Amino acid sequence: MADTLLKQPAPEKLTPKDFKSDQEVRWCPGCGDHGVLNSVQKAMALMGKPKEDFAVISGIGCSSRFPYYMDTYGFHSIHGRAAAIASGAKSANPDLEILQVSGDGDALAIGGNHFIHAVRRNIDMTILLFNNEIYGLTKGQYSPTSKHGMVTKTSPFGTVEQPFHPAELALGAQSKFYARSIDTNIKLTSEILLDATKHKGTSIVEVLQNCVIYNDGAHSLITDKNTKEEYQLVLRHGERMIFGKEKNKGLVMGGNGKLVVVTIGEHGITEQDILIHDAHTPDPHMHWLLSNMTAPEYPVALGVIRDVAALSYEEKMVQQIKDIQEQSSIKCMDDLLNSGDTWEVE
Amino acid sequence: MSQKTKVIEKEEVVIRFSGDSGDGMQLTGTQFSDTSALFGNDVATFPDYPAEIRAPQGTVGGVSGFQLHFGHKEVNTPGDYADVLVAMNPAALKANLKWVKASGTIIVNEDSFTDRNLEKAGYDADPLQDDKLSDYNLIKAKVTSLTKECLKDSGLDQKSILRSKNMFALGMVYWMFDRPLAHTEEFIENKFKKHPLVVEGNKKVLRAGYNFAKTIEALAYNYSVAPAKIKKGTYRNITGNKATAWGLIAAAEKAGLELFCGSYPITPATEILQELAARKDLGVKTFQAEDEIAGICTAIGASFAGNFAVTTTSGPGLALKTEAAGLAVMTELPLVIVNVQRGGPSTGLPTKTEQSDLMQAIHGRSGECPMPVIAASTPSNCFEYAYRASKIALEHMTPVILLTDGFLANGAEPWRIPKMADLSPITVPLAKEGDDYMPYARDEEKLARKWAVPGTKGLEHRIGGLEKMDVTGTVSYVPENHQVMTDIRSERVRRVANFIPDLPVKGDDNADVLVVGWGGTYGHLTTAVRELQADDKSIALAHFNYIFPLPKNTEEVLKRYKKIIVCELNDGQFAEYLRSNFQDIKFEQYNKLQGLPFTVKELKEKFNQLLEEK
Repeated sequence: MADTLLKQPAPEKLTPKDFKSDQEVRWCPGCGDHGVLNSVQKAMALMGKPKEDFAVISGIGCSSRFPYYMDTYGFHSIHGRAAAIASGAKSANPDLEILQVSGDGDALAIGGNHFIHAVRRNIDMTILLFNNEIYGLTKGQYSPTSKHGMVTKTSPFGTVEQPFHPAELALGAQSKFYARSIDTNIKLTSEILLDATKHKGTSIVEVLQNCVIYNDGAHSLITDKNTKEEYQLVLRHGERMIFGKEKNKGLVMGGNGKLVVVTIGEHGITEQDILIHDAHTPDPHMHWLLSNMTAPEYPVALGVIRDVAALSYEEKMVQQIKDIQEQSSIKCMDDLLNSGDTWEVE
Repeated sequence: MSQKTKVIEKEEVVIRFSGDSGDGMQLTGTQFSDTSALFGNDVATFPDYPAEIRAPQGTVGGVSGFQLHFGHKEVNTPGDYADVLVAMNPAALKANLKWVKASGTIIVNEDSFTDRNLEKAGYDADPLQDDKLSDYNLIKAKVTSLTKECLKDSGLDQKSILRSKNMFALGMVYWMFDRPLAHTEEFIENKFKKHPLVVEGNKKVLRAGYNFAKTIEALAYNYSVAPAKIKKGTYRNITGNKATAWGLIAAAEKAGLELFCGSYPITPATEILQELAARKDLGVKTFQAEDEIAGICTAIGASFAGNFAVTTTSGPGLALKTEAAGLAVMTELPLVIVNVQRGGPSTGLPTKTEQSDLMQAIHGRSGECPMPVIAASTPSNCFEYAYRASKIALEHMTPVILLTDGFLANGAEPWRIPKMADLSPITVPLAKEGDDYMPYARDEEKLARKWAVPGTKGLEHRIGGLEKMDVTGTVSYVPENHQVMTDIRSERVRRVANFIPDLPVKGDDNADVLVVGWGGTYGHLTTAVRELQADDKSIALAHFNYIFPLPKNTEEVLKRYKKIIVCELNDGQFAEYLRSNFQDIKFEQYNKLQGLPFTVKELKEKFNQLLEEK
């Protein structure tokens, strides 16, 4: 296998087109997935890695068709299990750049266990989490992120379940990288993907995605032309948490430990009072507050919310194997077979 | 040893050490079996311990046992009934008395037969005081007080002193069978090398037990079991689970691939994962997954990424892996799934043995989803069959199920160590840079597709659980294509039959009765058939390791015999399977579902009955 691991010295310059496969894209017209596909292809072309180093691994659902549309190595697996399959692939071949594609049902319902454990282990891969708050492929049942009371085919009188906030779940699993984008914002999504790829460990990129057929407008407050600037806060490390059409709104810390939306210029608030985003602090407290903000009380946080350096699972695994191999006198199977108590029969 | 009054030559002996979970009986038994193996006997062992880690002390449920069978002749089973029972407390006696041969020897720790212990064991009266044991050669030894007396000046604390009483019992049995103490002394020195007082204490108690047995009049004789005629070579003792783990590592090394094991702990398969986890020195990657499903899924991911991947489990775990096993069939990725069968269904009897996952292994998946199934049949040949399962998986690009069971997994026997150079080569159908690659293009002989490992330039492709177009591997809903692909998936597994050995038969082609078995019952079936053959009975044995596909000569073998009896530790799953394959042949059944192996005695009775029926 050694020959396959030899890296090419200078990868040829790639364009987004190089990452398009010959398969016809079959998502519904107007589906948010198209935008995400473009964002991914754009980002991959900028990553400076050869195509053969990418593996796109998905579960089941509309978004999980993703690998077929990418001219990389791809694996369209079974419902919920993509995080586990990707974990195995990365452990087997740490040189691969793995994009694990999943929807809210795939990653947080049937695959919830694999999702939290991949995050906990900090396997170096990017989990692209399409959150449209609905089951699309099975034609419109509520998902674990559907809003409380939502009427769907399996909740004709409204759900009686409280939804997951994916970020909360991820932070509970000790996530080191959490970012959020919107399907239509190709620029932001591809920027985030570049950061996610640079991050060593599990990077979760939640994309607020619109299902035009079964849950159209789920995120309309933050995506609608007229309201979006009032309800989107794009976070950047080291920059103040300022948003709004007039760029005059911001976040400050209230006395009760809650974030408060303020207007610069009112009640004596100046720009200097607005909080500065620190994505790199290991303390998850502020990241938790930011990622849990919901409209209309707050703007919804987009961008890289959390990006904390840590060793990845496979880095530690490879190092441990190397250390033990240096110490052990057993170098091959024949050594092992003849180790310990043996005896000769003449 | 000059004081021996009488020495009795024995062909074979079965000893069962039993006591409380904390009495060190597993260690005692292992020491005796290692010493006997070094002495040149053939040996087979089997531990029997409670499922609870710390079962209530002194109760029958908390009894831990270790049985070993050693002989001058070939030994294939740990033995049905014991010649010698060592019982460290009343509960051990109560639990094991039914497994002692008529007029066998019973050594008891007399000190432990207190009112309280008798009550805990459920005895109304002290069995040492009434005549219930008069048919046995009962040896009462005050093991606890003699051990205390022996170590009173040792400087050891009371707890350490009491813990060494198993060495007293071992010393006694060593004298009975004329075994040298050297191996165990060396073992003690190594095990406790940081605690010189413990080393001295244990060695002293071992010798005290030996001398006690030599001195007391209760032992009027001792036994001698001469070395067996064993093939020349270097030997070691090995359990089935360790042999399985090693077979997988050997296959990875032979194939030139890294080994990846994704698994979730489950009795009685866990030791395979543990052994692999300990083998970082050989580059083995183990991934203790969050559940059984993630166990197989990480393995499938690793296989996709170019490692030789395996997952290990037991019956309920195999059930959880079912859907993903289908994905491995669909994507035609190499994978070995080891199922160490236990008593089922559901949680069932986790620490006991059974063969009741056969149908699950052959058929238990959604859709038409064939994969090869093979079974190991002795603790040590778990190595060979793990290796062969791996070779099939890698060369035919298919998941393979390897069946072992709790009996093989925990059983141990001496094993002639193979040389890696002597193992058959494993040729992996890797696609290379520059190949004109199609994911589902196949070789003509095996119908195996090629394995294009991510990272290989120019071979980017997509696979997945959706039905794929023949050759090109694009998603396909074309009706005729599904037929084609289904037929190919079936045919490529059937073609594995072209690469496996014929079914061997032990006995005459025209014997009156053919005994058929598979997997872990080999030792008991072989012993029963061999003993009947020695009595000039017309009986033969065909034992299967290759279950699906069956060896090509199977029908021809079976058709030779008028009377066939299929013996298995389930309700007749292999018999059913054979019937569905060979509708003209009549199969009788002998089945047992007690969580225990067959006994040679019950098998011989059944076979004799069948032989007389003609």
